[in-house]
Amino acid sequence: MKADPKGVLTGAHYLDGDHAITEGALAAGCRFFAGYPITPSTETAERFAERIPTIGGVFIQMEDELGSIAAVLGAAWAGRKAMTVTSGPGFSLMMENFGLGAMMEVPCVIANVQRGGPSTGLPTLTGQADMMQVRWGSHGDYEIIALSPNSPQECFELTIKAFNLSEQYRVPTFVMTDECVGHMTEKVVIPPADEIELTPRRWYDGPKDEYLPYLPDDDMVPPIIKAGDGYRIHTTGLTHDERGYPVINAECQEKCVRRLLEKIQKHADKIIEIEEEATNNAEVIVMSYGITSRVALKAVEEARKAGIRVGILRLITVWPFPEKRVNALSKKIKAWVVPEINYGQMVLEVERCAAGQAKTIHVPHGGGWVHDPADILKAIKEAVR
Amino acid sequence: MKAVETPVKKKEIDHPMEPLLRMDRIPHIWCPTCGIGTAVTAFVAAMEQLEMNLDKVCVVSGIGCTGRVAGYIKLDSFHTTHGRAIPFATGLALGNPELKVVVFSGDGDLIAIGGNHFIHAARRNVDLKVFCVNNFNYAMTGGQVGPTTPLTAKGTTAPYGAFEHPFNLPYLAESCGATYVARWTALHIRRLTNSMAEALQKPGFSFIEIIAPCSTLYARRNRLGTGLDLMKFYHDNSVIKHGADTKDVDIEFQKDIVVGTFVNEERPTFLDAMNERLGHVLGDKYVKYGGQDA
Repeated sequence: MKADPKGVLTGAHYLDGDHAITEGALAAGCRFFAGYPITPSTETAERFAERIPTIGGVFIQMEDELGSIAAVLGAAWAGRKAMTVTSGPGFSLMMENFGLGAMMEVPCVIANVQRGGPSTGLPTLTGQADMMQVRWGSHGDYEIIALSPNSPQECFELTIKAFNLSEQYRVPTFVMTDECVGHMTEKVVIPPADEIELTPRRWYDGPKDEYLPYLPDDDMVPPIIKAGDGYRIHTTGLTHDERGYPVINAECQEKCVRRLLEKIQKHADKIIEIEEEATNNAEVIVMSYGITSRVALKAVEEARKAGIRVGILRLITVWPFPEKRVNALSKKIKAWVVPEINYGQMVLEVERCAAGQAKTIHVPHGGGWVHDPADILKAIKEAVR
Repeated sequence: MKAVETPVKKKEIDHPMEPLLRMDRIPHIWCPTCGIGTAVTAFVAAMEQLEMNLDKVCVVSGIGCTGRVAGYIKLDSFHTTHGRAIPFATGLALGNPELKVVVFSGDGDLIAIGGNHFIHAARRNVDLKVFCVNNFNYAMTGGQVGPTTPLTAKGTTAPYGAFEHPFNLPYLAESCGATYVARWTALHIRRLTNSMAEALQKPGFSFIEIIAPCSTLYARRNRLGTGLDLMKFYHDNSVIKHGADTKDVDIEFQKDIVVGTFVNEERPTFLDAMNERLGHVLGDKYVKYGGQDA
């Protein structure tokens, strides 16, 4: 289905990443936003508050991030496309309800404009240290989808994509950007509404009295209804059967939770989007994402001048991680170089998937600024030594 | 003369509440003499009394004994996380203003872990009906002290008696902006039913506290007798005072319980206020959203 022109600000704009997320959400049909101010993500909420009254929908500034994410889940059950945005401390507060979203299979989008942590950390400065938290931060086993834009243009595009994936797989989907991309202002081209493809909600259309809220389709995703349509469903964060009723035993746990994992894992190839350049002939590949992927370009350029065959793999989808591709490439190269603004997160995935076939060299950065390309260059040179 | 034959039915007479309960989940988990079932009965009776469009009524619960209400009511029902029933319900109510959203949860869920949401939803006057069963303790986890436990009453985590001053819930609700505030006990079925019906028809944030016996934990630990003894206590010690100043309705351990409708006022709901303000500033450009005159 095509985007509703009401929410699409067609044209070329000069936007920062935070504002581009709002425009992506509005283009995707998001009409409910619940949020709490937190640097460096607040601009997304501010733009939504300004824009939504003339489009039709609700902006509510909640009392905290616990309330923001809970309201997003409620609004999604009311039939809305809904989102929230936050940064580190707020992201930590939302964790429990990410699990509820995964368990109830609620389509919704959460953007995290990452800053330096832990704790209050660096409110105004960049970081990429929530990459494992987004995957594992809520208790129990679950799967989510996370995307990482590296420009305001991608903030716009990947927010739309996040909504589409969340609808397709009925799963909370994350836009994991960072302060640099969030506050970087660049040209953002918003296409006409009829060029924006949206994934509709998977509404149930069978006989009303036969509806079971958690009976999946062949692709393991159950069709959904919205509150007020007369289905009188029950849904819970407890382990549940196909009726949505709590069943507290190991058999039901296995069935319920395994499907939550497999509906993402078995579609990983379809979900994953990565960008590769010169990987086929590479002896070393630099794997990065977000702002770091742009900083790494300088190092790659210098390394190539020095005669090193360097490839680039950029994660656009961060979770699920492209394990098959990383494994396959590991057979052909000497080493991975993984710069990221943390002390070692996605590099652990690279190392796991390389499975000893190629070296993995991490280029850490504690946050507060981007890497010096010289540090990445040094790692590339070390990799081929 | 031939005797009139009684027609033989396959099934005995249906329970009158059956259409609104998930009979495939009965028996419920609540203990004998627990007051939550009474509160549910009053709620169902109130809905029947009003002849509401039940497809549009949603129930949202948090965690705890009362948190299980959502699981037994045959309406769109949401069993959410501990303390977050109100913000989840806020999203539901604002996501589709046609819905009538009821939050049914316990004192610990709504007032301790969820207290921040409670005060802000009341302040905003979100169109929510909050029915709070107060059994003076955390029952699901075994009888711990809570923010409503009367001074000196015992809980597993207050083995020598509570020494923290408890919340006076009607006073809290009123001072935060609730437009309808009432308190009844599980004994006052008819009055509670009428009160719930009143709240269900009223736009804005309505709050009803339902004092309920927890004979398994709270009453046993405090040697208050059986469920029947507690009902007798409510009978002998409840004082109906409509319009009472909520400052004066504190609950002390085993003292009189003031019940009644304390607050019944009009104030613009969240959506009314939003429509009024945005319409005023933006004029024709504003796309109206929900509200009482939608």
